[in-house]
Amino acid sequence: MTSATPPGAHLPEHGDFLWRNPEPKKSYDVVIVGGGGHGLATAHYLAKNHGITNVAVLEKGWLAGGNMARNTTLIRSNYLWDESAAIYEHSLKLWEGLEDDLGYPILFSQRGVLNLAHTEQDVRDSVRRVEANKLNGVDAEWLTPDEVAKICPIVNVSGDIRYPVQGATYQPRAGIAKHDWVAWGFARKADEAGIDLIQDCEVTGFVTDGDTVTGVCTTRGDIACGTVALCAAGHTSVLLDMLGVPAPLSSHPLQALVSELLEPVHPTIVMSNQVHVYVSQAHKGELVMGAGVDSYNGYGQRGAFHIIERQMAAAVELFPVFARAHLLRTWAGIVDTTPDASPIVGHTPYRNVYVNSGWGTGGFKATPGIGWCLADTVAHGRPHEYVAPFALDRFVTGALVDEHGAAAVAH
Amino acid sequence: MSSDFRVEGYGRVDRDQTLTFTFDGRTYTGHPGDTIASALLANGVHTLGSSVKLGRPRGIGASWTEDATGLIQVEEPFPEPMLLATAVELVDGMVVRGLNGQGRLAQIPDTARYDRKYHHVDTLVIGAGPAGLVAARAAARRGERVALLDDRAEAGGSLTGTETIDGRPSRDFVAEVTTELAGNAQVVHLPRTTAFGHYDDGFVLALERRTDHLSDPPAGRSRQRVHRVRAKKVVVATGAHERPIVFADNDRPGILLAASARDLLHRYGVLAGREIVVFTSDDAAYAAALDLVAAGAKVTVLEVRAQAPAGAGDLHVITGARVLSTRAVLPADETVGNHGRIASVAVMDGGGHEFGLTCDLLLVSGGWNPTAHLFSHVRGPLAYDEALGAFRPARSVPGVEVVGAADGVLDLAGCLGPEVTAGDEPERTPGEVIWRVPGATDRQFVDVQRDATVADIARAVGAGLRSVEHVKRYTTIGTAHDQGKTTGVIAAGIAAELLGTGVQDLGTTTFRPPYTPVAFAALAGRERGELFDPVRTTAVHDWHVAHGAVFEDVGQWKRARHYPQPGEDMEAAVLRECTAVRGGVGILDGSTLGKIDVQGPDSAVLLDRLYTNMMSSLKVGSVRYGVMCGVDGMVIDDGTVLRLADDRFMVITTTGGAAKILDWMEEWVQTEWPGLRVHLASVTEQWAVFPVVGPRSREVIGAVFPGLDVANAAFPFMTWRDTVLDGVPVRVARISFSGELAYEVNVNAWYAPAMWERLLEAGAPHGITPYGTETMHVLRAEKGYPIIGQDTDGTVTPHDLGMAWAVSKKKPDFVGKRSFARPLNADPLRKQLVGLLPTDSTTKLPEGSQIVELCDDGVLPAPPVPMLGHVTSSYRSAALGRPFALALLKGGRERVGDIVHVPVGGQLVAAQITSSVLVDPEGARRDG
Repeated sequence: MTSATPPGAHLPEHGDFLWRNPEPKKSYDVVIVGGGGHGLATAHYLAKNHGITNVAVLEKGWLAGGNMARNTTLIRSNYLWDESAAIYEHSLKLWEGLEDDLGYPILFSQRGVLNLAHTEQDVRDSVRRVEANKLNGVDAEWLTPDEVAKICPIVNVSGDIRYPVQGATYQPRAGIAKHDWVAWGFARKADEAGIDLIQDCEVTGFVTDGDTVTGVCTTRGDIACGTVALCAAGHTSVLLDMLGVPAPLSSHPLQALVSELLEPVHPTIVMSNQVHVYVSQAHKGELVMGAGVDSYNGYGQRGAFHIIERQMAAAVELFPVFARAHLLRTWAGIVDTTPDASPIVGHTPYRNVYVNSGWGTGGFKATPGIGWCLADTVAHGRPHEYVAPFALDRFVTGALVDEHGAAAVAH
Repeated sequence: MSSDFRVEGYGRVDRDQTLTFTFDGRTYTGHPGDTIASALLANGVHTLGSSVKLGRPRGIGASWTEDATGLIQVEEPFPEPMLLATAVELVDGMVVRGLNGQGRLAQIPDTARYDRKYHHVDTLVIGAGPAGLVAARAAARRGERVALLDDRAEAGGSLTGTETIDGRPSRDFVAEVTTELAGNAQVVHLPRTTAFGHYDDGFVLALERRTDHLSDPPAGRSRQRVHRVRAKKVVVATGAHERPIVFADNDRPGILLAASARDLLHRYGVLAGREIVVFTSDDAAYAAALDLVAAGAKVTVLEVRAQAPAGAGDLHVITGARVLSTRAVLPADETVGNHGRIASVAVMDGGGHEFGLTCDLLLVSGGWNPTAHLFSHVRGPLAYDEALGAFRPARSVPGVEVVGAADGVLDLAGCLGPEVTAGDEPERTPGEVIWRVPGATDRQFVDVQRDATVADIARAVGAGLRSVEHVKRYTTIGTAHDQGKTTGVIAAGIAAELLGTGVQDLGTTTFRPPYTPVAFAALAGRERGELFDPVRTTAVHDWHVAHGAVFEDVGQWKRARHYPQPGEDMEAAVLRECTAVRGGVGILDGSTLGKIDVQGPDSAVLLDRLYTNMMSSLKVGSVRYGVMCGVDGMVIDDGTVLRLADDRFMVITTTGGAAKILDWMEEWVQTEWPGLRVHLASVTEQWAVFPVVGPRSREVIGAVFPGLDVANAAFPFMTWRDTVLDGVPVRVARISFSGELAYEVNVNAWYAPAMWERLLEAGAPHGITPYGTETMHVLRAEKGYPIIGQDTDGTVTPHDLGMAWAVSKKKPDFVGKRSFARPLNADPLRKQLVGLLPTDSTTKLPEGSQIVELCDDGVLPAPPVPMLGHVTSSYRSAALGRPFALALLKGGRERVGDIVHVPVGGQLVAAQITSSVLVDPEGARRDG
C-alpha cells in the first residue's frame, strides 16, 4: 500500500463564484442562442474585444451541457486547406493565451498529436498535409514508425498488426484541455462583464419583420433583440427551420468513452483514421477515446454499442497495453455535419441573424477561435476574414472547403 | 496468518481446501468461493489503499459491485488495474496490491481469448434474486425461450438462506428453481454474467467471466465473453443498492454498508468485525444486526428514527441517534491492513447527549436505491420517491418490465409475487430519508473515491450552480469507478437541501453504459490482429506468395505490389516489369476490382442517372468507361461498364470503392427511385480478372482461346466476347489501363488458378511477366489515367481531370449535374490534373508534396506561402527514362510549359508543367 497521491490527482479548484442566474430582460442588443462553448466564447469576446455587454446567452438545458460537456478535448490545427488551417491556427494561438485571458485554469496541455498512417494512401495524404501545414506556418512533421515509437512508446509499430503503422504526422503544439474548465472560464468572464447567461430557456420561435428578426420566443418569455447569433450545434437546423432557412446540416450521434484512472502510459494524442480511433490520457489518468459518428441521423444523445466495440478493437490493436483497461462510461453528443465537413458560419437570409454551426466532430478545438471571429462578425455586421470562406452560400457557389479527403474521420 | 474472522457454521466457501494469496507483499489464506475482499476480511484486513486526492486510507465498503472504495490491482496471474476486491474471486497464488487511486496496465501482451455469443429469446431476466428467479421460472413454464443472467457466482441475490419461501429454507427454493431451469432446453442461465448495457428494441449486452475463478481453466476457453441478447421482453430484476448516510470521517476503512456485512457472513462465513456499531434509518439493518449478534458479535444500533422498528428484537438500540464523526486507531496502527481503520464513533443520541462508542466495524444503512440503471439506459423515466429517498422507475417502457427491489419493492413477499409464499417477515416501518448528519462538511465524504465532500457541494451551489449535472462536474461526484451507484442520489439530495428545492426538481444525472466496468479486450473480442479486419485474398493469392510477391493493403485486400527477383528492390522490379509490359507482354491479377451485376428492365435508366456519361446507348457486346460523381459533382469512382444484354450490365468499380459504390447505388435505388425495376448484386469474388497486357498479348490470348477471333476487326477495342475453354465459360474484354493492347480475361474464380497457369504457359514463349499494382500504377500514370482516391480527393470534377468528354450534355439529369452549374465549377483557376517533370530529370518528387510558384531567388518565402496544388502520383518511368509525376495544379492546363517549385526536404525542386499524358499521346498502341 502506498499513500502518495498519484500524478494528476490535484487539479486546480473551480472558482468560488461562476455566474449569476438572472431573469431574462425584455430586450438585448445581442441574443446568442446556445450556451455551449461557442456561444459562451462569443459572449466573452463580444464584451472583451468590442465592449458589447447587453447580451443574453440562451441555453435550453444547463450551460455547456451539450457537446462542450461531451467531447474528447482534442486541440490541433494541422488541417489541410488554407481556410481551415487559418481558423484553427487562430484558435490554437488563442488557446495558448487563454488561461491568462480568462483568469481561470483550463489545464491546456500541449502534448502533441500523432495522426497515424497505415496505408500508401494514408502516407500520401499525410505528407500532403504536413507540407501544406509548413507552408501555412503550422507546426508539422512527418515521422517514421521508429520516431512514432519514441514519442509514444505504447503504439504498436511492429508489423504484426492488421494495418501496420507506416508513419505519422506530428503537431507538437496540439494538446488537450479540460472542457468544463474552459466553458466555465468563458461563462464566468462573460457573466462578470454583465452578460446574462440564461439557462432552462429554450427558443421556441422567432418574431420577424421582413428580413429582420426582432425577437426571440422562449420558454421563459419573449425577448427582443438587435442581433441574433445561432450557436446551437446539432440543433441549429431546428432553429433555422423556424426561420424557414434551409441548411445542409445533418445531425449524428458521436460517442466517446473513458477508462478508469491509470498510471501515466500515454504521453501524447494518437489518432488513426484507418484503424479508426483517437485517444489521449487525461490529466487524472483516464484514457479518453472517440471514433466515428453513428451513421444514423438523430438528436438522441446516445449511440449504438457496436460502434464502441469496434473502437475498443481498434484501441487494443494499436495499443496492446490497453487490453485490460476498463471501459467506465460511454456517452454521446450530437454533431452537426455538412456536405464538405467544414462549418457554416456567417450571414443568413435574415440581415441580423448570424449562423455558426456544422463543426461536426471538431468544434471544441475551435472554441476560442470561433468565439473571437463570430463576435467580430456580429460587432461589425460582416463576416470576419477567417469565417468568410465558410459562408452558407458556398453550397450554391461551389466554393466548398472539403476536408473529407484530409480529415475524413477524426477531428 | 490465521483466518481470525471466519465463523464456523456460516458461509458457503469450501473450507476443506485452502488457497494462498499475497496482498501488499504479505501472504494470506482463503477458500474456494471467497472473493479477495472476503478473504482479506476473514484475515482482519480492511484497509486496501489510499484515496486519489487526499491520500486518506481506503478500505472495503460493501460486499459486491456497489462498493465505492475497495479497489485493488491484480498483479498475478496477469496484471489488471482497478478491480473491486469484492468482485474478484480468489484463486490460488494470486498476487494483489492496494491502490492509491490509479491502476497500472500490464506491460506484456494479454494473450487471453475474448469472444462473443448471440442469443435471441422471448424473455430475458436480468438478476437471479427472488424476483428474477420467479420471473424466469414463470416465463419458462409458459414455454418461452428464456435467458437468465446473474452477475454473482451463485443464484439467490439478496437471499441469505435464513428466509423461508413456500415453507422451505430459501436456499432450497433457489436450488429448486435453478434445477428446473437447468432441465429446460429453452432456458439459458448464465451466472457470473453482468448485464452492462441495455439498448433499444430489447438489446442487452452482458459480460460473462469464464475462467478467472478457475485455478486450472480448460485450454482454449475464452476468458470473458460478451453475450449479445435480443429479447422480446426484458425483465430488470437487478435489486437495489443500500445507501449510506454521510457524516464526518465516513470514509474510513471499517465502515461498510449494513446488508453487506450480512452478505459477507452468510456467503463467506466472514464476520467483518466483533464490536459493531450499526447506524441506520432503515429496517434492513436490523436483520443484519441480529445475524451478526447470533454469529458472536457485540452490536449497538444507532437508530435515526425516534422508535426502533418491529424487527429490533432484543438488540441494544439507541433511538434518535446520529453518528457525528469517527476516529481511527490512535496512534495510527501501521499494521498492514488496518491503517486508518475505524476505532470509535462520536454519537449524539435523541436527547442531544454526545458520547463515544468504541468499535472495530461501523455499519451504515440509509435505505435503498433501486438499481434502475438498465431501465434508465433505454430512456426509462425515473422519478424521485419521497418515501424511498431514491429514484425509481416512473412509468413503463414497452418491452421492459422492472420487478422486485429494482422497482422499489423492498419486502420479500412483494418481490416473490402472488404465486410464491414468503415466510413471515417483520412488518416494515417506513425508513427516514436522511442524507447527512450536520457536522464538518469538509470531512463528510459523498464520493469516497474522488474525495468529494459536502463542502464541495456547498461550494458548487455557492458558485451559482443550479443543475445536478453542474454539481457533479464541479465536485466530480459520481465520476469514479462506481459511477455513483450508492451516492448519486445523496449528492442530489444534499444539493437540493442547500438550494432549498426538491430532489425531483433537481433530477438525477444520467445512467450510462456500462453498468460495471468492462475490459477493453473483452469488447474487442476476436477482432484483434489478423481478425481485426478480414483479409481478402484473390483466387491466385497462393501463386503470388509462392513467387515472392510483395503485398500492399488495398482496402481489405492483399494485392501483389511487385514481384522482386533476387537482388531487386521495388524500384528495380517495377522498372523491369514496366519494360516487359510495354515491350512484350505482362499479366496482372486484377480480380479485386469491384464487380456489380446490374439486372432488370430499368438497368440502363439507373446507370444513366448515376454515371456522368451515357450508358443507355451502349451496345450489347461493348464496353464503356464511366465516371460517377457525388451530388456535389465531385468524382467518387470510375471504371468500365460492360453491357451484357438489353437489361443487364456489369459495372466495374475501383478495388477500394467496391462496397461504397454498391451502397451508393442501393441507396439511390431504395430511397430515391424505388420504382425502378432493377436489382444489384456484388459479384466481385465470383469473377477472377487477369489483364494480359502488351504488344504480344494478342498472341497469348489467341493461343489460349482458339475459339476466339482476336483480330482487331473481329474483336475491337472496348468490346467483350464470350468464349469457352475446356467447357468453362470465359469472358474476354478489350480494355486497357496502360495504353497497350490488352485483353482482360474474366473467369469463374474456381477456375482462376488453372486459367492463370494457362495464360502464363501460353505467354512463356513471349516472356510473359507477372506485374503488380505498382507497375500498373506507373503504366496508367504515363498515360495520364487517374486513380480515384489518389489523384482525386473528393474535390475534383471530371472536367478537372480533363474528362469533360465523359460528362453527357444530352442527358436530362444525373447525379452531380446540377452542381456542375455552380459558378465555381467554371473557375479557370480550379485545380486540374497535369504532368510534372522535375527539371533535373533525376528527382522523384515525393507523393503529397506541395507545389508553389517559382521562387526566383531559390529561397522559399516565409509562411504563409500560397500553394498551387500538390503531387498526386510520382514514379520513375522506364519508357521515359526519367521520373515524372501527376499533380493537381491551379489552372494547370493553361500553364503547360511553366516551371514551378516543389519544396522537398528543405530544398526547392524545379519542375516543368506538362500534359498529363506522357507516353503514347496519340493512342497508337492500344490496337497493338
